[in-house]
Amino acid sequence: MDMKVSKKLGLKERYTMMTRDLAWDTTFQPMDKVFPQVGYEGIKIHDWDQWEDPFRLTMDAYWKYQAEKERKLYAILDAFNQNNGHLSVTDARYMNVLKLFLGSTPPLELMAARGFSMVARQMVGAGPRVACMMQSVDEYRHFQTQIHSISNYNRFYNGMDEFAHQQSRMWYLSDGKSFFDDAITAGPFEFMVAIGFAFEYVLTNILFVPFISGAAYNGDMAAMTVGFSAQSDEARHMTLGLECIKFMLEQDPDNLPIVQRWIDKWTWRGTRKLASVGMMMDYMLPKRIMSFKEAWEIYFEQNGSALFNDLARYGVKVPKCFAQTIEEKEHITHQSWIGFYMKPDACPFHTWIPAPDELDWLSEKYPNTFDKYYRPVLEHFDRQEKAGNRFNNKTQPMNCQVCVSTIKFNEPGDPMEMCFRETVYKGEKFHFCSDHCKEIFEDEPEKYVQTFISSHAALQGKCEPEGTDINAHDYRPGARMHAYWRMDKRATGDFNGSEDQKNFAEWRHQATKN
Amino acid sequence: MTLLKTLAPYDFPSSDAVENYKGRQLLYVNWERHRMFSRPFVLALPPETPFAEIIDKHMTDCFSYHPDWAQIDWSAVRWLNGSQPFSPDRDKSLADNGIGHKDLIRFITPGLDGIAGSGY
Repeated sequence: MDMKVSKKLGLKERYTMMTRDLAWDTTFQPMDKVFPQVGYEGIKIHDWDQWEDPFRLTMDAYWKYQAEKERKLYAILDAFNQNNGHLSVTDARYMNVLKLFLGSTPPLELMAARGFSMVARQMVGAGPRVACMMQSVDEYRHFQTQIHSISNYNRFYNGMDEFAHQQSRMWYLSDGKSFFDDAITAGPFEFMVAIGFAFEYVLTNILFVPFISGAAYNGDMAAMTVGFSAQSDEARHMTLGLECIKFMLEQDPDNLPIVQRWIDKWTWRGTRKLASVGMMMDYMLPKRIMSFKEAWEIYFEQNGSALFNDLARYGVKVPKCFAQTIEEKEHITHQSWIGFYMKPDACPFHTWIPAPDELDWLSEKYPNTFDKYYRPVLEHFDRQEKAGNRFNNKTQPMNCQVCVSTIKFNEPGDPMEMCFRETVYKGEKFHFCSDHCKEIFEDEPEKYVQTFISSHAALQGKCEPEGTDINAHDYRPGARMHAYWRMDKRATGDFNGSEDQKNFAEWRHQATKN
Repeated sequence: MTLLKTLAPYDFPSSDAVENYKGRQLLYVNWERHRMFSRPFVLALPPETPFAEIIDKHMTDCFSYHPDWAQIDWSAVRWLNGSQPFSPDRDKSLADNGIGHKDLIRFITPGLDGIAGSGY
């Protein structure tokens, strides 16, 4: 009996058979009942088949590529760890970049994984469904590989062991948590604009440059390799986000104002989230790559302008916050560092005043603002520390109701004044860091009245470590925050005099001297 | 008008409604043009708290780290509640000074502009 051997399928045919051909319309229940979320945001989709798959990857090929990347990644991680790679980084201050990263980023990758798998469930078209499913798996992989790459440092340095506990409790991690809580409780299309477009496309380089180039510049081969391993995933994520925007805009002209509002909202929320990343570039990396201001100019102003020029044919305008971010790029990293420096007891990482040559670098990179507004106070702090009077602001912060940043940014046009905005909703006052956050609140107040603000929760007695007797005579709400946060005392305080500083110097000495 | 769209009724209480503070209310305090403190601080206090306690205890504890604190001319200080000028009476309570839940008190010290006049 002769068997007829058909020729191997081409890539395109194979992709079609493995994705779109496997999809079907439901008959026992109407489609809109099976996919209820794609309609309620007001986005009109007439023909899901018009979705252009931005990359044609089937699941079998996906596993193959990812497995190959994993093998390389873990081989390098092993080699780096076995060779005491942690002693080859530029300076022990670098470990604090990892600590801030560990608390702020992997938990958000996990939220992204959850978000994309929810969106994948809701997308009617097979093309976006498969792409979102793959992105969900990618995000999960990033969450795990980031933690793995840093876990070796946890054996040697303080403050990394409770990041998962701290993620939903610490004051400075609330901004990122709120960012993803907001996105994941939106509908599927808003989630795609929030994470797929505004974050992954418009702002992702600002995140990549400090962490990955920063790791490379500072001798951290582990974090650098995680970054490279994620890079081809990120390229897919960017094209997915952009395709989703184009798809919505091509489907119906009524979608434009909705999409524009989401672009405005999420570009701003992402910008606020990046203030602490910028601070890492300007203050925390011992060997700097470029200033945050320069990164903002290249990746946001120039690349972002090109992107929005491209989207202009759909009627999309540059995000409303564009001009304000350009003004703020000269300020926010300095304002953020001061905000962390003054809380030495309340962060599981160390802070410090930059060395004189580093202050000179900042003066050179920020000629319009650094000497005028920020250098004098940093030098004042330095003198106070040397005199045994290191700054330690023990008060609880005021936060923005929307972005949950502490309210620390300046009034546009006046760097000496703090920016405050407020509104009253159902008889209660709400405060914001900016016009943009105020507008986001006023568009959907029902959502943002629920914001978790750590200092407020503490004052309500909701942040108590186990075993606290709230009926005790001397009970004061929020008095035991350090225990509630599970703060390792060795991880707090100034870098100067820390155990990390001492150990690193000693171990490096052992590694290089007889 | 709200732009919120939902699939089901959506009605959740505010996280920071005054009832959640068991007889206290939130108060934010900022020293204008002294951004060394990064952001205002927040307190939860009974409305009967005398305003003097805000100055003598809470503001002094926090702000006296700044060299300008000792230079303040108390006869010249001005106050805002949000964006509204007001003149607090030290001996009256928060409530009697018209200070409600989640009010932001802004403390202005004319002539003092922070370290080297930088606003910090």
